[in-house]
Order: sequence, then C-alpha cells, then structure tokens
Amino acid sequence: MTAIQSKAADPKVAEAKTPPSGLSEFWFYFSRNKGAVIGLVIFLIILFVAIFAPFVAPHSPSIQNRELLLMPPVWEQGGSWGHILGTDAVGRDILSRLIYGARFSLFIGLVVVTLSVISGVLIGLVAGYFRGRIDTFIMRIMDIILAFPSLLLALVLVAVLGPGLLNAMIAISLVNQPHFVRLTRAAVMTERTKDYVVGSKVAGAGTLRLMFLTILPNCLAPLIVQATLAFSAAILDAAALGFLGMGAQPPTPEWGTMLAEAREFIQRAWWVVTFPGLAILITVLAINLMGDGLRDALDPKLKRS
Amino acid sequence: MLRFILGRLAVLIPTFIGVSIIAFSFIRLLPGDPVMLMSGERVMSPERHAELMSQLGLDRPMYLQYLDYLGGLVTGDFGSSIVTKRPVLDDFLQLFPATLELSLCAIIVAVCLGIPAGVLAAVKRGSWLDQTVMGAALVGYSMPIFWWGLLLIIFFSGYLGWTPVSGRISLMYFFPQVTGFMLIDSLLSGQAGAFKSAVTYLILPTIVLATIPLAVIARQTRSAMLEVLGEDYVRTARSKGLAPLRVVGIHALRNAMIPVITTIGLQVGVLLAGAILTETIFSWPGIGKWMVDSVFKRDYAVVQGGLMLIAGVIMLVNLIVDLLYGLINPRIRH
Repeated sequence: MTAIQSKAADPKVAEAKTPPSGLSEFWFYFSRNKGAVIGLVIFLIILFVAIFAPFVAPHSPSIQNRELLLMPPVWEQGGSWGHILGTDAVGRDILSRLIYGARFSLFIGLVVVTLSVISGVLIGLVAGYFRGRIDTFIMRIMDIILAFPSLLLALVLVAVLGPGLLNAMIAISLVNQPHFVRLTRAAVMTERTKDYVVGSKVAGAGTLRLMFLTILPNCLAPLIVQATLAFSAAILDAAALGFLGMGAQPPTPEWGTMLAEAREFIQRAWWVVTFPGLAILITVLAINLMGDGLRDALDPKLKRS
Repeated sequence: MLRFILGRLAVLIPTFIGVSIIAFSFIRLLPGDPVMLMSGERVMSPERHAELMSQLGLDRPMYLQYLDYLGGLVTGDFGSSIVTKRPVLDDFLQLFPATLELSLCAIIVAVCLGIPAGVLAAVKRGSWLDQTVMGAALVGYSMPIFWWGLLLIIFFSGYLGWTPVSGRISLMYFFPQVTGFMLIDSLLSGQAGAFKSAVTYLILPTIVLATIPLAVIARQTRSAMLEVLGEDYVRTARSKGLAPLRVVGIHALRNAMIPVITTIGLQVGVLLAGAILTETIFSWPGIGKWMVDSVFKRDYAVVQGGLMLIAGVIMLVNLIVDLLYGLINPRIRH
C-alpha cells in the first residue's frame, strides 16, 4: 500500500501521465518543420524592426538629401556606409524607407486579416449552421465576388472609394473574405452533426452558445492556416495596388508605392527597384513558410502521416 | 450528363445576375452622377443637365434602368467608352486575343513544367531534388510578380539586351490581324523574322505570368501524387512487378490529376489578375492594361463593361472546368 502511494507521488511518473499541453504539442510539430522556424525567426525580426523603426532606421524616411541623388549601395563604386542600400531619386535613404515600409505592410496584413476573418467567420458560421435559404443566398453572393479576379475587383473598388491606404485595405478585405466564408461553412457543416454538438444541444445549449462556444473552437485549425495565407496575400495585393498607383500614395514609404516611383529609374539605378521588391518577397516568403509549418502542426490529417 | 450540364447552367444564372447588379451599381456608387462624369468637369446648366438625364433614361426608376441594362447585356450591348465613343464590346474583342495568347502561353509553361516537377518531387520525396523544387515553388508562390517582371527587364533587356522591353512585336513588321494571336498571324504573314520577333516579345511576359500558377501546380501535383502513391492499388501495381515508370506515370498520375485539373481551372482568375500587372509592366495591349488605363482615365463606362465581360469569361471557363471535371470523374455528376 505504502509502496503504491510513494510511486504515485513520484514526480516523474506523474509528469508522464499528464498529456502534453496544446501549446507544447503544437510547438513539437511546428518546430519539426525547419522552414517554418526560419520563417518565424525572419518574421519576428521584421516585426521588431517595424515596431522600433525610429530607433533602428539610420535616417528619416522622408528627409531628402539633394546632394546624394541615386547614390548606389555601399558595395558598389560610389556607395558609402552612410546610406547602406543607397538613396532614391530625391536623395532619401532606401534602407530607412524600407524599415518604415515594414510598418505599413505588417499593418495592412493585420487589418485585412482581422477584417476578413471576423466578417468571413461570422457569415460562414451563419451559413453553415442554419443552412437552407440563407446559406444558398450567402453562397451565391460569395460566388459573385469570386467571379471577378481579386485584384481587378480591388482596383475598381479603390477607384470608387478613392485611392489610399485605408480604402485599399477595405477593398482587399472584401475580396479576401469569401475564402473564410467558404472554409468556415465547410468546417461548421462537418462539425454540426457530430455527437458532442448534438449532446450539448440536448443538454439545452442555446443557438449562440452552440455556434460560438461549441462548434467554432473546433473549426479553428484550417482558419488559422488560411489566415496566415491571407496575411501574405494581403501584403502582396496592397503592394500591387500601390504599384498601380491606387494604394498608399507617395511619399508614403510603402513598398509597392516605392516600386512604382522607382520604375522610371529601372535602367540606371537597379537598387531603387530591387530592394523594395526584395523586402516584399522576403516578408511574404517568411509568412508562407510559417503557414506551411502551421498546416503541418494543426492539420490532424497530415500530422500522423 | 445533360442534367449535370443543365444544373451547372442553372447555378450560373443567379451569379450572372449578381455580377450584372455589381457592374450596374458600380457607376452609380461613384461620387457625382453619370451625366457629370460623362460631360467631364464642364459647368452645366440645370436645364441641360435634366435634358441629358432624360435623354440617357437616367431619370427613370432604378429597376427600369437595371432591366434596360440587363436587356442590353443579353443583346451584346455593353455600353460605349466615354472617351473614344467606341462600343466596349468591340474594344474588348480586339484586345482580348492578346491577353488570351499571353495567358495560354503562361498556362502551357506552368503545366508543362509544374506537373513533371511535382511528380519528380513526390517520387523522390525528401531528397535534395524535392527540397529544391518545393523551395523554388514556395519562392514563386510568394513572388510579387510586378517586381519579378522589372527584375527580368533589368537583366534580360537592360543588361544582356536579349529581349525587348514592351509591346507585342517589333514595329518593323506590319501585317493584318487574322486571328489576333501574334504568333499565328506572324507565321501567316510569311514575313521573314516576324515570328521570331513575336516570340522574343512574348518570352518575358510569359515567364512572369506563369510564375505563380507554376508554383501552385507543382505544389498541388506533389501533394496529390504523395497521397496517391500511398494507395493500395499503387502498391498492388508495384508488387505485380510493373515498371516503376508505368506505375507512376499511368496508375498514380491519372488519379492524382483530378485535383490538379481543378487547380489548373482555378488559375484562370489568378491569370487574369496577373495579366493586369504583367500587361502594365510590359505595355502588353491586352484587357488587363485596358482596364487599368480606363480606371486612370476615369472612363467608367469601359470599366463597367469590362468588369462584366471579364467576369463573364471567368464564369465561362469555370463552367468548362466543371464540365471537364464531371467528364473525368463520373462520381461528381451525381
């Protein structure tokens, strides 16, 4: 008797019996994907740089140095350590503009994902839970939005609302939202008839409780993965709108807008064109790498294989 | 099969009506009214304004205006440009072959490279080849293609001087448009060097436009192949002693193709969105550049008609993909 008691009190045994917490299990699968960890590290660096931009950036993003127009980066002839990535056509430090630009891109991604996730999940939840006519109606509307190429619809919406960063974000959220609606609806439809949902319904749970507390938490995995992809897609779309002159307006140091401004110098100053695009590529790539890792960690179908 | 086709068409009708409502209301959502938009910034007396409104039928109830618009669409009237006064449909039909030619070349490149790359990566799972292909695919998938196009121009047109920067063919060549496809027309013209010129103009835009579909197709093919390679019938085929090439190429690939074909179909929207950027960079005279230019010229009648036509093209292609899908995969017909 005493022997059994002392065994149960042994901390090692007790530890082994508690299942790993959700977070540590998640980290176990996420960290097995090396690319995902690299993506996470790069993303955290970009996030840090964006938050502390005024301290990290060597110069102001808007001060024009008339004596140093189109100065090449430091490793080219004529470059200097004062402006590591060179200067643009009006003498602004490119590195500083890129650092401040990270703020815009991450902010755009965050706002777009928040807007489209909240609206998309709500609408998808309603469609998948209630089914019937309301479902048909919602899905037809989503079909209509999806019948347009997303960038074209965003472009036209911005033309209606007026060019600018805020309107670009609204437009991109709107064209992104059908993906969340469809995904939530599909997940809700498979969960809805499962025993645990029927069980809590029988136990007297109300509609809202069933929708938000019983069903929704079990649909989150694909939504998180999609949100990551939407984050990177939003950054790309916003940069594309900026590039077309319909997103953030100059002199905002948004990466797409910087590219649009740099286009005319394409033949004589390659660095003005190269670095903003590289910044977009690295950021989007880091987020997509993380997305792949999240999918491995959260998708139960792939997990055990 | 007929029921399946009719069912698909029935779903398309509400979507078409919805799209037309969006295109119809688009012009009315803009600040100012259509008459002010069409007349430009000129000052106009209230009488003249009212006269124009009634001339254009804009003083009638909204639903009647919409029905008129819908009637116009059905009979092929997509409105006329405010700037050039040309019917939107004429411009569209003239410019669409350029976009179609570019998109077809891009999708052919994407399919011909993406499927073998995905199959190889799946067969050699975990090898350096797999990692390289999937790494490249992820980069391609994350690529801001408007920047990618500029980089290619810097390197191939600027530094090496191999390819031209913009347009569809050298100005040296002039021949009538027969099909609207520059590659075919240049061959038909019989002019020496015309075809070669058209090809050099086409290469860079094709690479740029193919990048994202190529990456998506390669990733999709790999995961579809991996799923199929684990199936019992593939193991059976292997244990029967069939040649590995036959197992992969015939038994596995055929079934893995079903989700891949859906993916290829879904790329049409991606291609048309990509065409907006690609055509802008390379001054390619297609519908993407046409739409962007019209937005900037505030030629909203063209934007309205163009939206409708482009959405129509996408719906049509999606329908064809759905039908093809039903043809290869009889299960979904029911």
